[in-house]
Amino acid sequence: MIKTFFFGIILGIAVAAGALYALPVVDQHREASIISVAPNGGSAEVFNINIPTDRIMVGGSKQSPLPAGLVWPQDEMFGSINAELFKVRNAHNSVIGVAARTSAREGESIVLDWVIHIPARGSMYVNMNPVADEYGYRSGEIRAGSRELASISGVVTERWVADTSGEADAPTGHLELATIYISTLESDE
Amino acid sequence: MKYILVLILGVLVGATVFAAGVAYNPFLSKQNLSPLAVTEAQTVSLSFSGVATDSIIYTNDGESTDKPFPETVLQLWERPIRQTQAMATTLRDGRNQVAGLGIKFSSASEDTALLSGRALVNSVWYAYLPGRGGIFIEQTENYWDYFKEVVIPGYRSSAKTWAGTWLGNTTVGPETLGTAKVSGGTGEFAGIEMLGVESLSVRAWRVDGGVLAADGRLTIELPPNETAVDNELQEDRAEPQL
Repeated sequence: MIKTFFFGIILGIAVAAGALYALPVVDQHREASIISVAPNGGSAEVFNINIPTDRIMVGGSKQSPLPAGLVWPQDEMFGSINAELFKVRNAHNSVIGVAARTSAREGESIVLDWVIHIPARGSMYVNMNPVADEYGYRSGEIRAGSRELASISGVVTERWVADTSGEADAPTGHLELATIYISTLESDE
Repeated sequence: MKYILVLILGVLVGATVFAAGVAYNPFLSKQNLSPLAVTEAQTVSLSFSGVATDSIIYTNDGESTDKPFPETVLQLWERPIRQTQAMATTLRDGRNQVAGLGIKFSSASEDTALLSGRALVNSVWYAYLPGRGGIFIEQTENYWDYFKEVVIPGYRSSAKTWAGTWLGNTTVGPETLGTAKVSGGTGEFAGIEMLGVESLSVRAWRVDGGVLAADGRLTIELPPNETAVDNELQEDRAEPQL
């Protein structure tokens, strides 16, 4: 019987080690990337943010804070900063990540930055031109990225699309972030 | 039947011994020294509270140890973001003055390998420092030592609480020497690439509620040609780094 017990111990160690080695501790759910080929080269992907349902936070000295109970810092450093956090959806309206949109006034100019974080893929940092064109598009460049998105460059446009479905429970509209990625090859040197 | 019960008992003991061996493996050494501790360049130091209720906002799936703050905040319950945390917080400089806004997104990493002491988290920071500009920090963090020395003792405690002093660098990559990659975006940081390290100092932790007392710090090494512009936030060189 004692031999059986010791055999069980060895078996338990082996099974535990094997399970820890073979089974993934973390398995991030990944929605299929919905990417198309852009007409002028590169690949295009669209992210949507439904307003107001995907808003996690709205903060700013002149904005109504969201969620209820949020206390925006009163320090003068925060006087010109507006920040919003969102859930981000793909073109099929599935939530795939989170994003931050930060704007701030620096003298005569306005800084507008986006950070989009997709857990299964990586993150990207976008510097946006705060001035929209005549069609309501703001455009910006991907400044940096991480993991799968580390080796890409490209452009991102932002625009507000009002809901026209007329459905009672429809959001008031959505923010559309359209990206065009251009992969950059790593140097062999 | 008796032999089967003994075998099952043996398997359970074996699995327990293995789990204890992994948790207390002495060969998985702790990384104490920041790679930036020996840098000749000037550094920017940004500190923040590590407690969720001290942040502007903190959210996760709502089922983790650290509870979302404020309570009414939208939770990240959808499958692709269920293992993700989002935080907005106030950043302070080396003189403990408000320096700007920090936003952190972090997600459990699929490269996590407990057998080799890697409890990895992929995280990014966006920091906006009024009058100076915006920076983006991407990093891989390893919370193995934190789990081993704070969380597990907290669970083992009869009070389900850990108190003490735990100090560690959580950044382990992606750059060489285990540093974070810092990209300047706007203002005086525009276009420059830097290195960074995030560290955490924990003083109290509870099973029901998570971190009770902790401070975090981002240390960013300025490139040599940028050091002259940093007069406001530079690290006090007399202060020891992690």
